[in-house]
Amino acid sequence: MRQLVIFIRKEFLHVFRDRKTLLMLFGLPIAQIVLFGFALSNEIKDSRIAVVDYSKDAVTQRLIAKIGSSPYFNIQRTLASADQIDAAFKKGDLKMAVTFPAGFGDDVIHTGKATMQVIADASDPNQATTITNYLNQIVADFNTELAAGSGQPMTIVPSMQMMYNPELRGAPNFVPGVMALVLMLVCTMMTSVAIVREKELGTMEILLVSPFRPVYIIISKLAPNLLISIVNLFVILFLSDIFLDLPVKGSFLLLVFGSVLFIMTCLSIGLLLSINAQTQQAAMTGSLMGMMLPTMLLTGFLFPIENMPLALRLLSNLVPSRWYFIIVKQVMLKGLGIGAIWKELLILGGMCVFLFTISLRKFKIRLQ
Amino acid sequence: MKTLVFLLEKEFRQLLRSKQLIGILLIAPLIQLILLPMAADYSVKNISIVVVDNDHSTTSRKLIEKIVSSGYFRLKGYEDSYTAGLKMVEQDKADLALQIPIHFERDLVRENQKQVFVAINAIEGTKANLGGAYLGSIVKDFNEDIRLQWQVDNPAPTISVASSNWYNPLLNFKLYMVPAILVTLVTGLVAMQSAFNIVQEKESGTIDQINVTPIKKYVFIIGKMIPLMVLGIVLFTMGLLVGWLFYGVVPLGSWWVLYGSLVVYLFSMLGLGFMIATYCGTQQQAMSLSFFFINIFNMMSGVFTAVDSMPGWAQAIVTTFPPSHFIKIMRPVVLKGSGFQDILPEILWMLGLGLVLNTWAVLNYRKTS
Repeated sequence: MRQLVIFIRKEFLHVFRDRKTLLMLFGLPIAQIVLFGFALSNEIKDSRIAVVDYSKDAVTQRLIAKIGSSPYFNIQRTLASADQIDAAFKKGDLKMAVTFPAGFGDDVIHTGKATMQVIADASDPNQATTITNYLNQIVADFNTELAAGSGQPMTIVPSMQMMYNPELRGAPNFVPGVMALVLMLVCTMMTSVAIVREKELGTMEILLVSPFRPVYIIISKLAPNLLISIVNLFVILFLSDIFLDLPVKGSFLLLVFGSVLFIMTCLSIGLLLSINAQTQQAAMTGSLMGMMLPTMLLTGFLFPIENMPLALRLLSNLVPSRWYFIIVKQVMLKGLGIGAIWKELLILGGMCVFLFTISLRKFKIRLQ
Repeated sequence: MKTLVFLLEKEFRQLLRSKQLIGILLIAPLIQLILLPMAADYSVKNISIVVVDNDHSTTSRKLIEKIVSSGYFRLKGYEDSYTAGLKMVEQDKADLALQIPIHFERDLVRENQKQVFVAINAIEGTKANLGGAYLGSIVKDFNEDIRLQWQVDNPAPTISVASSNWYNPLLNFKLYMVPAILVTLVTGLVAMQSAFNIVQEKESGTIDQINVTPIKKYVFIIGKMIPLMVLGIVLFTMGLLVGWLFYGVVPLGSWWVLYGSLVVYLFSMLGLGFMIATYCGTQQQAMSLSFFFINIFNMMSGVFTAVDSMPGWAQAIVTTFPPSHFIKIMRPVVLKGSGFQDILPEILWMLGLGLVLNTWAVLNYRKTS
C-alpha cells in the first residue's frame, strides 16, 4: 500500500512538473465547452431568400412584406427572372427562391385560388424542409388574414408548450453532448500515452524488473488523469451554470457519481489503447482518428440514434458517451433521480470493469 | 534543390516505415466514411407522440387518425390523463404529448373555438420546432376539412404553395454529409500528423542534427509538407471512391476545381500543424493542441450545424478556420456543380490563411534553442 502511495506521488510529480501540458489539459477542454455552448445552435433563422415577382400587385406586395418581416427569412434581393435562380444557388448565398406568376393577385381576388412557386436549395435537405415548412406556415397565416372578412368558424387552436427549453436554445442539447464528447476524448487520449511513453523512453523495463505489482502501475498511471478530469468536470458544471444558465437541476452528487463512472470507463479505454500501441504517435492517432467522429455521431446529440440503421444503433451501444449523455440530460436538465438512470449507470459500471480487467490481463502477458 | 530531394527521401522512408501508423492513417478514416454518413440521418419523420383523448368523439378520433397517417408522427400509445402523457415525455418515451380536452367536439360546434394542448420536449430544438410546425399544419388542414364537412360554403380565397427541391430532390441527407465527412477526415489526418511529425523529431533529438546542417528553415518545412500532402491527396481520392461506391456520390463539378482547392486547403492546414508544432515540446502537448483545433473545426465549420445559425461573433471566428472554407467549396462543387468563379472567394481565403500560418511557422521555428 505504501508502495502504491509513493508511486502515485511519482506520477503526480510527472504531471505537475510539466506546466505547459498541465495548462493545456485544463484549459483546452473548458474553452471548448464554453465556445460550443455559446456558438452552436440548430435554430434556423434569417435564411437568405430571393423573390421573383412577375405580378407586382397589392397581394404579392403584402405577402412579400409578411415573409420579410418573419424572423425566419431575410429577403436578400429580388431577381428579375427565374433563370437566375440556378446561378444564385451555385454561388451558395441563397437558400430559397419564391416565385409569383403573372396575374397572381387577380387570381386570388377573382377566382379565389392562386399558386406560388417555392424552390429550395435542397443540397442541405434538412434546412430545405424546415424553411419550406416555415414558409407554408406564413402563407397559411396569410390565408387566414385574407379570409378575416368572411369569418372563420370552428377553429381548433393548438396551444403549444415547449418543455424544458422554452426558448429553443441550442445550449441545453449541446452542452451535455459536448461534455460527453470532450470528456471522453480527453480522458482517452491522456491515458493512451501513459504506458507507451514509458515503453518509448525505455523506463518500462525498470518498472517491470522492480518488485512492483502491475495493477499498482496501472492504478498510479490513472490517478492523476482521474483527478484532472474531475477538476475539469467541476469547472465545466460551474461555467455552464454561470454563463450558459444551465444549473444542475437534479442531485449534484448523483451527477458527479455518474461522471466519475464515465471518466473511469474512458480512462480504461485509453489504457487498453496504450497497452496495445507500439508508439505514442500510433496510440494518439488511434484514439483521435479512430474515436473522434464515431463519438461525435454516435453519442446522439447531433443526430437522433433512433433514425440510424440497425447496425449503427447496435454499435452506438458500445460508445460510453452515449449512456453518459442520457445521464447528464436526465439529471442536469430534467432534474430526475436515480430511478431514471439506473440502467445507464449499470451499463457504464459494467463497461468500466470489463475494460479494466482486459487491460490488466493484457498487461500481465507483456510481463512474461 | 538537391537538399530538398534528400529530405523528401528521408521523410517518405520515415512515413512508410511504420506499418501500424499507415494502417491507422488510411484505413480508419475510410471505415468511418463508409459507416458514418448512415448515422447522420436527420429526417424528422419519427416524432413519437402520445395521445390523451378525453373527448372520445368522432371528431377527436378523426383528428388523431389524420395526425398518425401523416407519416411524420409515430403513435406511442394512449394515456388517460395529461399528467400520464407528460410523464411519457419526461421519460423520453415520447417526444410530444397531445391532449384533446373533454367536450372538444361539442364546444367546437357551439362556441366555434376550442383548444387542444400540446407539450413538446424541446431539448432538441430542431425536432421540437419541426414537430410543432408539422402538427400545427396538420391541425390546420383538419380544420379546413371539418369546415367543408359542416358548412360547404367557404368562399375564403386561398394561396397554395408548390414547392420543389433542387439538387437533391429525394432529400437524401447522406449526400449532404459525405463531402463534409470526407473533409473532416482529411483535416484530422493532416493537421495532426504535421504537428506530430516535427514534435517527434524534437522529442527524440533528431531535430538537433538537422538544425546543425545548413538546411534552410523553409526547405525543411517544404520537405515535411510534401509527403503529408501526398498522403492527404491519397486519402481524399480513396474517400471520393468510397463515396461513389457506397453512396453513389459523383462530383458534378470539375476535377480541376476539386483537386486545386484540395491542394490549397492542405497547404493551409499543414501550415497550422507546423505552427502548432513550433509551440510544443512533447507529443502529448502536440496532441492536446491539435485535438483542440480539430474538435473545434469539426463542430463549428458547418459540418453538422449551419454556420449561419451561430451568433455573429462566432461566425467571425469561423471565418478564420480553413476547413469552413473547404466545406463551402466541397458541398456546392460536389452536389451542385459550382464552378471556379463561384468558389473563388473561398479559395482566396484559404490561400491567405495558409500564407499567414506557414509564415508564422517558419518565423517561429528556431534552429537554435
